[in-house]
Amino acid sequence: MIPVHLLSGFLGSGKTTLLRRILDVPALGDSAVLVNELGEIGLDHHLLRHIDGETVLLRSGCICCTVRDDLGAVLKDLLTRRARGEIPPFARVVVESTGLADPVPILSTVATDPALRHHFRIGRTVTTVDAVNAELQSRRQPEWGKQVAVADHIVITKTDIASPGSLLPQLRAVNPGAQLHFAMSPDLDVVALLAEPDLRSEALAWATPSPRFTAEAPHEAGVRSFCMVFDRPIDWVTLGIWLSMLLHAHGERVLRVKGLLDVTGAAHPVFINGVQHVMHQPLHLDGWPDRDHRSRLVFIVQDLPRDLIDRSARAFLGLTTFDA
Amino acid sequence: MCGLCGIVGNAPHWTDRPPDPGLAEPDTPTRRRERQGRVRGLSRVLAHFGLTVSDWEAHAFVIATPTGRQEIVDNTAHLWQAAARLRGKPCDPLDPAVIARLEGEARS
Repeated sequence: MIPVHLLSGFLGSGKTTLLRRILDVPALGDSAVLVNELGEIGLDHHLLRHIDGETVLLRSGCICCTVRDDLGAVLKDLLTRRARGEIPPFARVVVESTGLADPVPILSTVATDPALRHHFRIGRTVTTVDAVNAELQSRRQPEWGKQVAVADHIVITKTDIASPGSLLPQLRAVNPGAQLHFAMSPDLDVVALLAEPDLRSEALAWATPSPRFTAEAPHEAGVRSFCMVFDRPIDWVTLGIWLSMLLHAHGERVLRVKGLLDVTGAAHPVFINGVQHVMHQPLHLDGWPDRDHRSRLVFIVQDLPRDLIDRSARAFLGLTTFDA
Repeated sequence: MCGLCGIVGNAPHWTDRPPDPGLAEPDTPTRRRERQGRVRGLSRVLAHFGLTVSDWEAHAFVIATPTGRQEIVDNTAHLWQAAARLRGKPCDPLDPAVIARLEGEARS
């Protein structure tokens, strides 16, 4: 399965600059990169040849193509051309989303298209956040919250002209589990941004309850994250019924759900991960990442009451505790 | 084949129990018991929305209204769409009345 990584971020947030850095790395030469406009990236010094009007081959072996509107069709076309030997084999796809785009439909295409889901899987989502304009964008553009919420990695840009001071707690309040990076840092490893995650570490980063889950005020657009902790094992069937129903009824407002679960009858913890209606296949970890073996379920929601979600989950799972 | 979309074969759904590397592959009786458990779980929940559910050949679910309108679905993803069509609105797990009834069941 070929991972499809998503590069998201607002216009002017440094997304294209980060994409150029990715294209510069020889270790990522075996990539197919799907962009909005080939001209915007400035590929001239990388260019080996034009394959057609919308596709170029770079010296690194990387293929770059333009996506006009139908991502699914472009991905299928890439597979066909690869099978015919018209383009080199590629080990990953990197999709640059448009600045104002809701990133979720891109993930949904990869996960649910019957022809694509047997060849591609969702990879990492990297979002660039501009330290200068983030506050304004977060207030005016609801997509900003979504782009931050769906990120596995957040790369903070333009810290040479603005301090990220107040931005960091804001990002943490919206997305408590994403790894934060600074574009200006000499330590930024763009290969690591697209690398397979260590699931134990990732689960631990998401599922460690801390004051930040409860103490932070909601983000301007009503985006908030919280963590529910369950002391008793969870029945998998009932959780599936409850969560699938919640995502059907309110999926547009459940931006993210991640969980590390102690499932009744399971030998190992189960890690679940979803973005709006798109749920990844759950995975058993080979062990608990820390000494806390309680089930933990983290939500990032937009304009949904935490109390009601918590009460509903406990009622469905039969885990409601009543005062004596 | 899915009664709704006509796709042949049941694609795995995330609500299926993930394979546990620490346990042996479930045998047929185990899978049957798990399926019966799923039908029981769905029945308990759907009753609060005025719907019933039954197993269809261990392959699909039949959900129905009290007046006999019914749909056949192959997994949980399609189930909620079909339930919404049958009821005329989605089944909402955040409905305070449904939560209160479930809490009432747990108290009794």
